[in-house]
Amino acid sequence: MDKTLPDLATAVGGIDDGMTVMIGGFGGSGAPIELIHALIDRFVATGHPRDLVVVNNNAGNGHVGLAALIEAGMVRKLICSFPRSADPVVFTEMYLAGKIELELVPQGTLAERIRAGGAGIPAFYTPTSFGTDLAKGKPVEVFEGRSYVQERWLKADYALVKAHLGDTLGNLTYRMAARNFNPLMCMAAARTVVQVSKIVAPGSIDPEAVITPGIFVQGVVEVPDPAQEEMLNRANARYPEVAE
Amino acid sequence: MTAKLSPTQIAWRAAQDIADGAYVNLGIGFPEMVAKFQPPGRQAIFHTENGILGFGEAPAAGSEDWDLINAGKKAVTIKPGTAFFHHADSFAMVRGGHLDVAILGAYEVAENGDLANWSTGPKGVPAVGGAMDLVHGAKRVAVITDHVTKDGKPKLVQRCSLPLTGVGCVTRIYSSHAVVDIEGGRFVLREKLPHLSVDELQAMTGAAMIVPAAPADLIVPEL
Repeated sequence: MDKTLPDLATAVGGIDDGMTVMIGGFGGSGAPIELIHALIDRFVATGHPRDLVVVNNNAGNGHVGLAALIEAGMVRKLICSFPRSADPVVFTEMYLAGKIELELVPQGTLAERIRAGGAGIPAFYTPTSFGTDLAKGKPVEVFEGRSYVQERWLKADYALVKAHLGDTLGNLTYRMAARNFNPLMCMAAARTVVQVSKIVAPGSIDPEAVITPGIFVQGVVEVPDPAQEEMLNRANARYPEVAE
Repeated sequence: MTAKLSPTQIAWRAAQDIADGAYVNLGIGFPEMVAKFQPPGRQAIFHTENGILGFGEAPAAGSEDWDLINAGKKAVTIKPGTAFFHHADSFAMVRGGHLDVAILGAYEVAENGDLANWSTGPKGVPAVGGAMDLVHGAKRVAVITDHVTKDGKPKLVQRCSLPLTGVGCVTRIYSSHAVVDIEGGRFVLREKLPHLSVDELQAMTGAAMIVPAAPADLIVPEL
């Protein structure tokens, strides 16, 4: 068994119109920029996929990565905790124009909903958001004298994830704080494709160091020296590049 | 004489109450300054929502590693003892009662401990981040804030008028003029700037304070 995918286009080739796609990362750290751009390439070439529901902590920064996916008009709805960034113009304009739907979720609740989705837990109770606007309409229960809000699991058709090392069985390690939502999203999607800086043979990763076991991963594609959103934005990059 | 404390001085005062070895989350922006003023001999361990415990200061410009950032998306560093973890573990630390202190900014704090610090109303793009999680679980939830708004209205109020971040969650307020605890649904004055009378402070405060016989002087060095 070898989960290696030949290229980025193959990795994102199964994402259809209307699917829910989790995209890893927190801001730029751990964001699978190359996978996102491959998805945009497919849309530019074929007009698909569109009407995506995207789950990410943020709403993109500048005109690359997630912001570029939104700017291309591929995203119908965003589920996130913090749709602001240094340069949030893409999401802000589309949201204020009513062209994109937003489901705002507290960050810890977002993480736990994704974890629950991957763990087969349909709902859970959290103190977060009790008594606030974000708890409106949700069931509340009292446990040991304190009120908790019921939240539902979050699952996806696809997860696009960035990791550091991956072996051909899909076992993954991450680099520093680029881990963030990525391991949770691997668990919560029917199909998880991962861009890694290097694909290695089974046994090359110390079993003690595996963060995401390969059972949660369906495909790995090698992207050496992946782009960092922050560096792209400092260079005023756009995707797709605009012909001058 | 100090008319009021600067944000830096408020951060300094808040830092004096953080014990050696405490696990601390500092909110994005102004609260991040608290880390600079740990008293000598004490070392708190700072938590950031995106999955780092025990991170170090900002690196020199040009040596940033963009896989190593804090919740404010600013570059940080590692130091001996740093730990990385994923987001579900990070918020387990928050909600599970494992953090000793969370220090947050505020638009309004009410005498019943309610906090409003995430939304100024329905205009624009709403964004909550980790604010609603952070107000639950830390053993102490403290707020650092100006005592009044830019146009002079009290930020310490009877009931919040802005959308709530959390209900009954704040335990202490470090303001530009005073240190105020929240106990039993009331503001309790602990320290005030020496030149300020209790009456003057009460006039800037949106709910009646319980004032002990002799509130301590709030004395902060020039920074």
